[in-house]
Amino acid sequence: MSDKNALVPSQEKGGALELGGDSQDFVTANIGKQLFGIPVLTVQDVLGPQRITRIPLSPPEVAGSLNLRGRIVTAIDVRKRLGLRDREDDDPGMSIVVDQGGELYSLMVDQVGEVLSVPKKAFEQNPATLDPRWREFSDGIFRLDKKLLVILDVARLLDFTSSIKQAG
Amino acid sequence: MDDLLSEFLTETSESLSTLDVELVKLEQNPNDPDILSNIFRLVHTIKGTCGFLGLPRLEAVAHAGENVLGKIRDGELVVTADAVTLVLESIDTIKYLLGELEQNEAEPDGNDAELIGRLNHFADTGEIPGAAPAAEAASAEDEAADETPMTDDERLQAAFDSAEYDPDFEIPDQPAAAAAEPAPEAPAKPATPPAAAKSQEVAPAAKPAEKAKAEAPRGEAKESSVAAQTIRVNVELLENLMTLVSELVLTRNQLLQMVRGKDDSEFTVPLQRLSHITTDLQEGVMKTRMQPIGNAWAKLPRIVRDLALEMNKKIDLQMIGADTELDRQVLELIKDPLTHMVRNSADHGLEDIQGRRDAGKPETGTVTLNAYHEGGHIIIEISDDGRGLNLERIKEKAIANGLATESELEGMGDQQIQQFIFKAGFSTAEKVTSVSGRGVGMDVVRTNIEKIGGTVELKSVEGRGSTFIIKIPLTLAIVSALIVESGGERFAIPQISVLELVRASNNSEHSIERIHDTPVLRLRNRLLPLVTLKKILGLDTSEESDEAVDEEAFIVVAQVGTYSFGIIVDRVFDTEEIVVKPVAPILRDLSLFSGNTILGDGSVIMILDPNGIATRTGEITVGGSQGVEGKAKADASDRETTSMLVFRAGGNEVRAVPLALVARLEEIDVENIEHSNGRPLVQYRGKLMPLVFIDGSYQMKAEGRQPTLVFQDRERTMGLVVDEIVDIVDDVLNVELTADQDGLVGSAVIDGKATDLIDAGYYLELAFSDWFGNEEAGSEKKSVLLIDDSPFFRNLLTPMLSVSGFKVTAVENAEQAMELKNRGTMFDAIISDIEMPGMNGFEFAEALQNDELWGEVPIIALSSHTSEEDFERGRQVGFSDYVAKFDRDALVSTLVQTLSSM
Repeated sequence: MSDKNALVPSQEKGGALELGGDSQDFVTANIGKQLFGIPVLTVQDVLGPQRITRIPLSPPEVAGSLNLRGRIVTAIDVRKRLGLRDREDDDPGMSIVVDQGGELYSLMVDQVGEVLSVPKKAFEQNPATLDPRWREFSDGIFRLDKKLLVILDVARLLDFTSSIKQAG
Repeated sequence: MDDLLSEFLTETSESLSTLDVELVKLEQNPNDPDILSNIFRLVHTIKGTCGFLGLPRLEAVAHAGENVLGKIRDGELVVTADAVTLVLESIDTIKYLLGELEQNEAEPDGNDAELIGRLNHFADTGEIPGAAPAAEAASAEDEAADETPMTDDERLQAAFDSAEYDPDFEIPDQPAAAAAEPAPEAPAKPATPPAAAKSQEVAPAAKPAEKAKAEAPRGEAKESSVAAQTIRVNVELLENLMTLVSELVLTRNQLLQMVRGKDDSEFTVPLQRLSHITTDLQEGVMKTRMQPIGNAWAKLPRIVRDLALEMNKKIDLQMIGADTELDRQVLELIKDPLTHMVRNSADHGLEDIQGRRDAGKPETGTVTLNAYHEGGHIIIEISDDGRGLNLERIKEKAIANGLATESELEGMGDQQIQQFIFKAGFSTAEKVTSVSGRGVGMDVVRTNIEKIGGTVELKSVEGRGSTFIIKIPLTLAIVSALIVESGGERFAIPQISVLELVRASNNSEHSIERIHDTPVLRLRNRLLPLVTLKKILGLDTSEESDEAVDEEAFIVVAQVGTYSFGIIVDRVFDTEEIVVKPVAPILRDLSLFSGNTILGDGSVIMILDPNGIATRTGEITVGGSQGVEGKAKADASDRETTSMLVFRAGGNEVRAVPLALVARLEEIDVENIEHSNGRPLVQYRGKLMPLVFIDGSYQMKAEGRQPTLVFQDRERTMGLVVDEIVDIVDDVLNVELTADQDGLVGSAVIDGKATDLIDAGYYLELAFSDWFGNEEAGSEKKSVLLIDDSPFFRNLLTPMLSVSGFKVTAVENAEQAMELKNRGTMFDAIISDIEMPGMNGFEFAEALQNDELWGEVPIIALSSHTSEEDFERGRQVGFSDYVAKFDRDALVSTLVQTLSSM
């Protein structure tokens, strides 16, 4: 069922080896115009559009849950989590499935891009002026050609206990 | 065989095989510390477990062996072939003892003094003594054979007399080891209960003698057959298998769906085979989790027998259907409730011999356990032919406890009144016995059973006996659920709590009526409260008028305990077997759902928890708490009471915090809440006050005012946002269990309800991570030793004193304090409780009076007794001051004064 939607089979995640030293690998994703990166080893799967069951009374950032090969995965609307507006077009978007403490979460983004290997020396701390919410969820920035790659801290992104929830 | 024992045997056999190999390895590499510590650990574990299980003989041997190994490990002894032989000999003895255990479920009599002697001798001197003289061994054997078997129990004695007894077959070829193997075994308890119905006469003096017939003990250690028959598999592995199988079933169903309608498909035949195999596989995997319920009953005959002796009753315990199988997980969870209920029946239910004679009943009372399958559920009946529930006494107690008023009781049926025994703190036993009557029984039983989706029913006829009927699902993994739709989403409702389905419409005999917008349904001359699923789930987006709902609606009548209510849904589909999976951690606090699952069509669906719905929509308990005025406080006057502030925050459960810790109660306007650094703050009395929430998932109101508990310490204040302040209750504090959860001290029964006690210190730290550490930079903190036997007060006072700038060391009794003293630890002041087990506060202070190290340290007594005599006595024994418990300010100011006057 969901297998046909899996663009990157989960077995391949071991293929992107940490080559040590000079560079780090990230699965990239677009939300709006911003490029985000998630450390490649935390990524389990990349999914196309899924049938998502809404969960009443759940925090607004929780889009619902879906079935990934017999496992129930909680879908997180990263846009809402970052305080962005909903998309205006009807593109259903894609998802990156990550493992956090043995539970699977599907991070809903606009578009999933390629796996990028970036040199460590291109790393920068978060600028102090960054939106506090983004600062909380970002591990730092990589300077790429013409673009900036914001590294998402998956653990903090999924930690609903430490941050204050925003209504709606 | 006893579950525990059989597990022990399996585990120990595994350890022993490892030990054999390791010891030989050690002989080859005498200096490898890894091998040595591994061996030491294995022997140590065996010793520890023996002690726990009460196997003194095994323990003694293991202990002596461990001694030797310990010396070797510490380098005091050298590993030689002889040393290894000696240790191996002790291992052989352990194996032999285990073999005996396996056959007879008890240790053989006799002792291994000779072997232990040699082990100890080696441990002390490092020399291997020669093999014990044969004569010595022989005399030991005679001696042991002459001894009467160790028992002070007539019953056992009788058993021995009639048992075959042949001293000649003792250890023919035991190699110079165990001194003697005297008497044949008299098992203290019978072997595994046979499958069918079985009656156990546990009244004193009656025990089938042939039970004691002993088998010839095996001289040589042999492979354990228990260990050979089973392998131990991680439960997680089974869980994974189960998931995979569920997945396979799903896929199979999809395939079948695709092939259906294509009669001549070439796939039909192989698919059918696949289908069969999948079904078999599913059953097989399910079976790995199933265990006969007899396992949970194994301890009961013994418990009932002891009870019969203690209470001077004659009790016949009948166990029917012990081979009824159910999921291991469920089995574990019902074990304790079952034990409790059987105890209750035997203790409270049955009369004593005289009482039974007077009532014209046979002297021997009967407690019957009956288990059987019924429609996907297991029914367990626990019945006794005793006195039944005394309605009058329950009524009195209900009034005394403030659970109901007399007039309310008037209107209740017998059945309803009997339900009171499931309330917390309710015991009709006149006196508390060692077994029951403490009033924390049936409510816990019911909670535990309901936790696994089961129900308890009670039938009782006064003078004739009581029957409890427990209905539990076969397995927690797979339940039958009704699929309904509401607001465009599908939900599953566990079938066990669904009573019936009603279709209501304006022109049928069932129609929804409204009392001030609250829907109700007339159902068989009763008014059934209704809840609209769409509304409580917040799915009510359309502006559908109530009339449209009333026109035609489906109502699921659900029952939670004795409370039944209707759930209005849009559509009802059919029932489906579902595999319950827990929800993701970030959704755990949604009390309306008990889990989620994947349906046959592959979609995810939430499982509704009728319990959660019932609590969400209203008071469900019988009677409920009747407010402040109805409380019975008289009987608690002679015990310490604490003022507790009871509140609700995030969810329906009530929480409490000692009132002494709260500075003020405020209501803050949500509009005034500001955020700084991502954390909420309000301006409060010209300062910024951080707000904390009961947990991370707590959601504030969108507008309006939010009650807040203000905690204050010097310049700093912190607000804990809550939903509702319920009450202030003076109650005896009895913290039932210490929660591992952050932010909770434990739970206690407050005002008749289980209440979570929050840990104020945790929240203080949440607000100011440096709250407890803020003084370090300045003056040196004064160190205070706190002695109190109650963990609750230690937990309460430690953060409180820390907040006030003291460095607190808390110990639970005076003996531990003395230990600290002997180690030379110094404190600036000591705070001690007076009533403590062991050395009490007065004795403690007296002991310190002339102590050279602690003699000068001021001691402050902490007690609820603050009469003049107490003060006087306190001063005489050397207390510097006397402070009433719970008087936070007095304690702190006394401490400060005492310390500054030094």
